[in-house]
Amino acid sequence: MTWIWSNLDLLWDRTLDHLVLSVPPILLSFLFAVPLGWLANRYRLSRGVILTASGLLYAIPSLPLFFVIPAVVGTSLRSPLNLIIALTLYGVALMVRVVADGLASVDKDVRQSAVAVGYSGWSIFWQVELPMAGPVLLAGLRVVAVSTVSLATVGAVIGAQSLGSLFTDGFQRGIQAEIIAGIVLTVALALLLDGALVLLGRILLPWTLLAAAGRRALRVARAAEVSA
Amino acid sequence: MNLFVDALNWILDPANYVGPGGIPVRLIEHLGFTLVAVSLAALIAVPIGFLIGHTGRGRGLAVAVSGGLRAIPTLGLLTLVALWVGIGLGAPYVALTILAIPPILAGAYSGFEVIDRAVIDSARSVGMSEAQIVRTVEVPLGLPLLIAGIRSATLQVVATATLAAYVADFGLGRFLFAGLKTRDYAEMLGGSLLVILLALTLEGIFTVVQRLVVPRGVAAGRPPVDRSRSARPGPGMDPAITKGTH
Repeated sequence: MTWIWSNLDLLWDRTLDHLVLSVPPILLSFLFAVPLGWLANRYRLSRGVILTASGLLYAIPSLPLFFVIPAVVGTSLRSPLNLIIALTLYGVALMVRVVADGLASVDKDVRQSAVAVGYSGWSIFWQVELPMAGPVLLAGLRVVAVSTVSLATVGAVIGAQSLGSLFTDGFQRGIQAEIIAGIVLTVALALLLDGALVLLGRILLPWTLLAAAGRRALRVARAAEVSA
Repeated sequence: MNLFVDALNWILDPANYVGPGGIPVRLIEHLGFTLVAVSLAALIAVPIGFLIGHTGRGRGLAVAVSGGLRAIPTLGLLTLVALWVGIGLGAPYVALTILAIPPILAGAYSGFEVIDRAVIDSARSVGMSEAQIVRTVEVPLGLPLLIAGIRSATLQVVATATLAAYVADFGLGRFLFAGLKTRDYAEMLGGSLLVILLALTLEGIFTVVQRLVVPRGVAAGRPPVDRSRSARPGPGMDPAITKGTH
């Protein structure tokens, strides 16, 4: 405990480093995954190619990927950019599937009603499909957020500063408190970002709350019916 | 691209294939470690998962525990256990077995959960005992999802075993760390490519196995995929099974 109190500055700095590494990949993976997921959902051929590629990409272990990216892109091994690219790739790989499934889950009747009342393809996507897939996308993005925060720590073994540096430093110097502090902060940061996404979901997708309340009311009503 | 040529030369250099630190030995260490860690995790997770899936009890707890385990950064767990038990294989075994449990557990119970209740009720109504229902109905029908869970766990362990070379002298990860120390990029990249190749090979094998374990009747009776109808995300998409931290 004394170690933690006397190193609060260090913990704060590493937390900020970690945010810089993990927030951009979360946002970027969403931005890239939406068009790719749309494409995967739209055509049979692109579906096969995109989903297979993202599945294979996701199977690639992170540490080797950190070594491969500099050879492809020319970034320096230790630069945050290297990690941000790698984490974005994982995020996209995970999110593309979610977007494709989310768009596919939109009821066909709803889509046809939109066509019937005169929506163009473009506005159906933005005003009908994307919002209706919203809850699925949000669930996927939450998984991406938590896994990105956790994965970002791995960069520490190649010397990229993050909360993971507390693990490598604590291990080398034999300070248990430092490692535990790192684990707690990583989990806390993951929960914080997850919570932020849930909040964002409540603001952007207010009808999901209503739907949930509706289902609850229905359940209560049914239970009352059964017991009556 | 020159860097990749160097890395390939490193991979093909016969000098790297001899001795206790050669590629074959490291590869066997890596695979053996993965096999043991995943088997240990399966030994713990499969019975519990079947129990949860069959009785429908304890699911909330399992989800909470799995979710909590998943949020823990692998490197943190590895280094912490390594400080406790010392440098060597002990720490990676403990840490990676723990990490491999959630996906297998999720695969085991959700495999049971996706089975049509009517199927299980019919099995019961024709007089099958609970043990028979589990053995002849639930396990075969739930097998594809269980294999999906084991696949996810295996890939996760293969990936993390690379990282475990940070605290123990074993596996393909040694090439990454040795190269890092001596600033030998060909060795780092060559080692990385080997790990990636190993992971993709296992992924390929599991894809085939997963297809093979679908019971024949189920595969035959599966309705053709109708892309115009609203599809719902398949059970394989459950992030609890497919999502792993590398």
